[in-house]
Amino acid sequence: MKTTSVHPPQTAIKAGLFNCHGCSLLVRRPSNAFTGSVRCPRCNTRLHIRKPNSIKRTWALVIAAMIFYLPANLLPVTITTYMGSTQSDTIMSGVIYFMQTGSLGVGLIIFVASIVVPISKLIILCGLLLSVQKGTSWRPKDRTVLYRMTELVGRWSMLDVFVVTVLVALVRMGYMTTIEAGPGAMYFGVVVVITMFAAMTFDPRLIWDAMEKNDESTTC
Amino acid sequence: MANETTLNETTLMACHGCDLLHRVPALPEKSRARCSRCGAVLVAHRPNSIDRSLAFSIAGIILLFLANLYPFLSLESQGVVLNTTLITGVIMLVKQSMMGLAALVLLTGILVPFVLLCALVYVLLSLKRGYHLPARRRMFRLALILRPWSMTEVFLLGILVSVVKLAKMATIIPGTALFSFLALVCALAAVNVSLDPGLVWKKMDQ
Repeated sequence: MKTTSVHPPQTAIKAGLFNCHGCSLLVRRPSNAFTGSVRCPRCNTRLHIRKPNSIKRTWALVIAAMIFYLPANLLPVTITTYMGSTQSDTIMSGVIYFMQTGSLGVGLIIFVASIVVPISKLIILCGLLLSVQKGTSWRPKDRTVLYRMTELVGRWSMLDVFVVTVLVALVRMGYMTTIEAGPGAMYFGVVVVITMFAAMTFDPRLIWDAMEKNDESTTC
Repeated sequence: MANETTLNETTLMACHGCDLLHRVPALPEKSRARCSRCGAVLVAHRPNSIDRSLAFSIAGIILLFLANLYPFLSLESQGVVLNTTLITGVIMLVKQSMMGLAALVLLTGILVPFVLLCALVYVLLSLKRGYHLPARRRMFRLALILRPWSMTEVFLLGILVSVVKLAKMATIIPGTALFSFLALVCALAAVNVSLDPGLVWKKMDQ
């Protein structure tokens, strides 16, 4: 069901209202110039008109994730010891192993979860940040949908961390083969957590704020 | 049933995606209200929201216990059977001094879902029974914050991928806990589908 917006269309920021991030309660702002901190009377979440320092924080987290993404892919995620000889596997070599041994589907799942998802998530967040900083009014609805997708899909990148954990648990001491977790797995976990925080700190309302500024400049 | 309807009167809401204000009328059964500008869901009507999410949360806690008590996979190789429980992987990671990784898996796979479900049962049971338990709002806020960090469904996919990887090396016997874990993933998904945060906040206001 499509709802109708208020007439004339107005945003919460212009109506002088906080939209509580925790419980969606609308709270009247003391005054437009008010800069102190207010808490939601219902759920006690700190209220903000927009997520504080959203662009700076998201950039910092995106860059941090990019840096950690390198060791996550270059260092081994698993170290397999079989009768004295050791074999180190990175994420990509694991994917290739699956593809070569006939488990094409499983290889594809890991490839999407550990390579396609994090990289596209970082690219999309960079694009959104740049578009907000430039203040473009290009397809705001599509950009909002893109943001929602990055927010939803990020968790699936944890797949490889769980695979390593289960492999380590199943193939352990007492056999000829043991599998140990490599440092790459740790870096990979860090990347997933950081990108999840990056998606959370980005404020999609900034996409629409730029639109309204443009509207004003054309009508005035 | 009358007091179970999501919104009895028109409510003013702002979209979290684009900040536009909307007047949202009482929603008919199984419908959802979308933002007229960016298409984000503002509210969705969840039939029997409190009863259903409470039931699924309680089921989830029981299943989580079962999933942790019994072995989830057993590996048979050269006549030796080795049982593995959910926590084994975490213990092995600690032994290999991968503390951070162990903590991450313990949190997202076991602890966060557990705390999330307990917080929901606490809040929903108090609403259902009309108890005025302390710190209900804080508990519910905690549950909402924890929601994205509960990753049991990703864990389950990870288990399946590992099974495919090891199937050629050894015989893998699925255990009770694997099925409990599968049911837990379904229960958590059902909680997500049936929970209506807006309704819970409203009821706590009364």
